[in-house]
Amino acid sequence: MMIILVSVTVLLIVISVAQILKIAELSAVSRGEKVYHISEKENKLQAILMLVFLVFYFSFFAWQYLKWGKYMLPISASEHGVGIDNLMNVTWALIIPVFIITHILLFWFAFKYSFNKNRKAIFFAHSNKLELIWTLLPSLALTVLILYGLNNWNKIMTPVNPEKEHVLIEVVGQQFSWGARYAGADGKLGRANVNFIEGANFMGVDSTDKNANDDIIVKGEFHVPVNVPVQFIFRSNDVIHSAYMPHFRAQMNCVPGIKTHFNFVPIITTAEMKKITKNDKFDYLLLCNKICGAAHYNMQMNIIVDTKEDYQKWLSSQKQFSQNN
Amino acid sequence: MSTHHHHEQDFLFKYIFSTDHKMISKQFLITGFIMGFIGMIMSTLFRLQLGWPGESFWIVDKLLGSWAENGVMAPDKYLALVTMHGTIMVFFLLTAGLSGTFSNLLIPLQIGARDMASGFLNMLSYWFFFVSSVIMLISLGVEGGAASAGWTIYPPLSALPQAIPGSGLGMTLWLISMAIFIISSLLGSLNYVVTILNLRTKGMTMTRMPLTVWAFLFTALIGIVSFPVLLSAAILLIFDRSFGTSFYLSDIFIGGQVLEYSGGSPILFEHLFWFLGHPEVYIVLLPSLGITSEIISTMSRKPIFGYRAMIGSMLAIAFLSTIVWGHHMFVTGMNPFLGAVFTFTTLLIAIPSAVKVFNYLTTLWKGNIKFSPATLFSIGLVSTFISGGLTGLILGDSALDINVHDTYFVVGHFHIVMGLSAVFGMFAGVYHWFPKLFGRMMDNKIGSIHFWITIVCSYGVFFPMHFLGLAGVPRRYYTNSEFPLFENLIDINVVISTFAIVIAFGQLLFLYNFLYSALRGPKAPQNPWDSNSLEWTTPVEHIHGNWPGEIPEVHRWPYDYSKVDESGEFVGGNDFIPQTTPLFQNEKNEKH
Ligand code: HEM
Ligand SMILES: [Cu+2]
Ligand SMILES: [Cu+2]
Repeated sequence: MMIILVSVTVLLIVISVAQILKIAELSAVSRGEKVYHISEKENKLQAILMLVFLVFYFSFFAWQYLKWGKYMLPISASEHGVGIDNLMNVTWALIIPVFIITHILLFWFAFKYSFNKNRKAIFFAHSNKLELIWTLLPSLALTVLILYGLNNWNKIMTPVNPEKEHVLIEVVGQQFSWGARYAGADGKLGRANVNFIEGANFMGVDSTDKNANDDIIVKGEFHVPVNVPVQFIFRSNDVIHSAYMPHFRAQMNCVPGIKTHFNFVPIITTAEMKKITKNDKFDYLLLCNKICGAAHYNMQMNIIVDTKEDYQKWLSSQKQFSQNN
Repeated sequence: MSTHHHHEQDFLFKYIFSTDHKMISKQFLITGFIMGFIGMIMSTLFRLQLGWPGESFWIVDKLLGSWAENGVMAPDKYLALVTMHGTIMVFFLLTAGLSGTFSNLLIPLQIGARDMASGFLNMLSYWFFFVSSVIMLISLGVEGGAASAGWTIYPPLSALPQAIPGSGLGMTLWLISMAIFIISSLLGSLNYVVTILNLRTKGMTMTRMPLTVWAFLFTALIGIVSFPVLLSAAILLIFDRSFGTSFYLSDIFIGGQVLEYSGGSPILFEHLFWFLGHPEVYIVLLPSLGITSEIISTMSRKPIFGYRAMIGSMLAIAFLSTIVWGHHMFVTGMNPFLGAVFTFTTLLIAIPSAVKVFNYLTTLWKGNIKFSPATLFSIGLVSTFISGGLTGLILGDSALDINVHDTYFVVGHFHIVMGLSAVFGMFAGVYHWFPKLFGRMMDNKIGSIHFWITIVCSYGVFFPMHFLGLAGVPRRYYTNSEFPLFENLIDINVVISTFAIVIAFGQLLFLYNFLYSALRGPKAPQNPWDSNSLEWTTPVEHIHGNWPGEIPEVHRWPYDYSKVDESGEFVGGNDFIPQTTPLFQNEKNEKH
C-alpha cells in the first residue's frame, strides 16, 4: 500500500516538474517587458479555482464529518460533562455558520471581483457604521459565550462538599504508570510524600500516620460508584503528567510537589456504556495527556463505573494499606 | 587604509558582514528557509511513524541513523523530532525568518530611511541568529539526542536527564541556542522600533505608514516585552539543571531515588514560558497580517478598508496578547477564578480578530483583483485565519478546554491559525517583494500551482486533526495504536500523513521557482504591481542608502487606489497614486 502511494506521489512529482520546466521555457520565451503581467485568461482561471476550492473545502469538511464524526467521544459519562457537551454544541452552532458565511463571502468576492479592465474598483476606505456593527456583533456573541462558559466552569471547579456522601480518591502518576488510593472508612487519606517511597509503597504513604492504615491502593484499574460525587486529588512522583479521562470530560495535571483537584459525578456504569456503544470491550480510560517521557504514549489505567453495591463489594475485597506492611 | 580594499574583503563585507538592511534581510530569509525545510522534513518523518506505526521506512533509516533501528524511530526520538520541529518552525522560520526578512527589507524602504537606525546592531542581530541556528542543529547530533521535552520544555521533564535522554546535553544546547536567539531577537526589535519612530522621511506621519510597518512595530514591541521573560525562565532552568537550585523542582522520585530539590514549582516555569509563549503566536502572526493587508489592497486595486480600525485592532491584539497566557494552563490546578479571568481576556481577542476579517472581506468587495501568487496566498491567509481562529473560541473557553486541552484538536487549531497563516503570509511576502529582494520576478504559473497544492494539502493535513482530538487522542503520542479506544482512527492518520508527504514534495516547486528566479528570472521593472508605497520608488538594483538622490517626500497615505474625481475619472489618470505624488489641485484631502 505504502509503496504504491509513494510511487504514485513520486510519479506525480516527476510529471509536474517536467511540466514546470516546459512552463519555465515558455515564460523565458515571452521574457520581455510584461512578464510579470497576469493575462486575463490566467486571472479568470484563478477566479474559477477560487470557487472550485470553496466547493472542495466544504465537501471535504462534510466528508470528514460523515466518515469520522461517529468516532468522536460517545455521550458524556459524567454529570458536568453533559453541561460541557451542551456548551460545546452551542459554540459549534455559532462557529459553523460564521465559518460557512465568511468563507462563501471570501471566495465569492474573489471570484466575482476578479480583474476586468473595463471596470473600476470602488474607492471605499471606511464606514463608521459598518465597523461599529461588526465590532458590536462579535461582542454580543462573545458576551453570551463567556457568561455561559464561566457559569459551567465555576460549577465544575467547585469542590465536592465534604459533608455530603462522596468518594475521595488520590491518583498518582509516575513514569509510566498510574496508581490510585482510596481514603478508606475514615474518609481521610494518610500523609504521603516521595521520601516514603519504598518497594511496593510506590505512592510514598507514611506508614506512621494512623489515617493511612485503612487506605486502599490499587494499580491497573480503579472503580467508582455511579451517581456518587468523586473527589480526586492528583499528585506526581517525578515529572508532570496529566490525568485525562475523556469520557468524563475530565482532565487535571499531576504536578510534582503540588496537589491538584478535580471532581465529577459518574452517571453511566461501564456495563451500560458497553450497551450504548454496542462494544463489549468498552472501558473507560484514564490516560496521560502531558508529555512525560519516552513511553508517554502508553500510560493508561482503566476506570470501572459500578453500581453502588458492586463498588462496595469490590472495595471490600481490596487489601488495606496496613495489611500490606 | 580605506583606499586599499582587497577583493575578498569586498566580498566579505558585501555578502557576509554586511550592515545593509537589504542584504541582512536576504540572509534572514535564506537561513530561515533552510531551517524551515529541515523542520518540514522532520514533520514528514514523524508523520510516517504516525500514519504507519512501527513500519520500517528506508528514508527514516537513512536520515535518522541510530535514532531509528531498522527504519523505525525510537519513541523518545519521536519526541526529539517533534520538539525540534516545533522549535524550528516557531522560532527559526516564523520569528527570525519572517520578521527578520520583512522588517529588515521593508521598514527602511517603506518609511523612507537610508538604512536601519543601527546597521551594526542589525548585523549582530543576524549573526546571533545564525549562531543560534547552528547550535540548534548541532544539538541534533549529540549524545542522548536533541531536546525532547516538547517545544514548551516544561520542567521537570526538561530538567532531568534521568527523565528522558534528550534532557542531557541536547537540552543544554537548546537553552544556549535559545538564549542567543533571544538576544538576536531583542537587538532586531529595538532597532525596528527606533527606526520606525525616528527615521521616517518628510511627510511620513505615523498614519501614513503602510500597515506592514505598523505590524512590524507592534511585533517588535511585543517581542521586547515578552522575550526577556523567556530569557529569565531559561536562565533559571539552566541554574536548576546545572547548579542545583530548585526554582522549578520539588519532591521528585526518579530512577529509584529521591532528588534533593525542594520548594520549587514547575507551574512557575509555565507562567514564565507562556508569558512569552502566547505573545509569540502574535509575533509570528502579526507580520503576516500586515503583509497580506498591504497585498490585498494593492492587488484588488482598492484602499484597505478601515485603515485606522486595522491599526486599532492590531494594537488591541498586541495588548491583549500579553494578558491571556493563562489559557494554556487551565488544567494545571490554577485558581478557578484566575481561569475565569483568562477566559474573559482570551475571548476578547476574538473581537479585534473578527474586525480584521471583516475588513479584509470588505477590501476585496467590489475590487478589481489581480491574482498574483501573492494575492492567492493572502486570500489563503484570510481563510486559515478564519478557520483556525474560530476553533480558538473553543480552546479559550476554560470549561470546554478541559476536554480538548493537549489533544490533537489543539494541534489542528494552532497549525491552521498560526502555522498556516504565518507561512502563507511569508510566501505571499516573498512572491510580492521578490523584485525588491532579488531584482527579478518569480514565475506566476508555478507560483499558483504551488499555492493550490499547498492550501489543499494544508487543510488535508490539519483539518482531520480536529476529529482526532474530539475523539480524545492526546498530542505528542508516538502512536495511538496502544489503545482499543483509538482503533478506528488509524485511517485518519493515513489520510493526514499522505497529505503531509504530498505537501512536502509540493514545496519543491517553490524551491525551484525561488532559486531559478533569483538567478535567472526575468529582470524586474521598478514598480511591477503598480503600487503606491515608497519601496517601489527605489532603483531595482540595490544601492547603499536606497535612493540615489534625496529621499522622496511623502504627501499622502499609501492606499489611494482607484480614486476617482466627480466625473468618474481616475484622479491623476491612473488607478494608483504613489505616496510621493502631491495632492492634485481639486483633490479632496480626506482623513482616513
Ligand atoms: C509541513 C507541514 C507540517 C506538518 C505535517 C506538521 C505536523 C505536526 C504534527 C503532526 C505535530 C504534532 C506531533 C505530536 O504532537 O506528536 C506537530 C507539532 C508542532 N508543529 Fe507542526 N507541522 C507542520 C508545519 C508546522 C509549522 C509551519 C509550524 C509553525 C508554527 C509548526 C509548529 C508546530 C509546533 C509548535 C508543534 C508542537 C511541538 C510540540 O508538541 O512540542 N508546524 N506538527
Ligand atoms: Cu505521563
Ligand atoms: Cu496562547
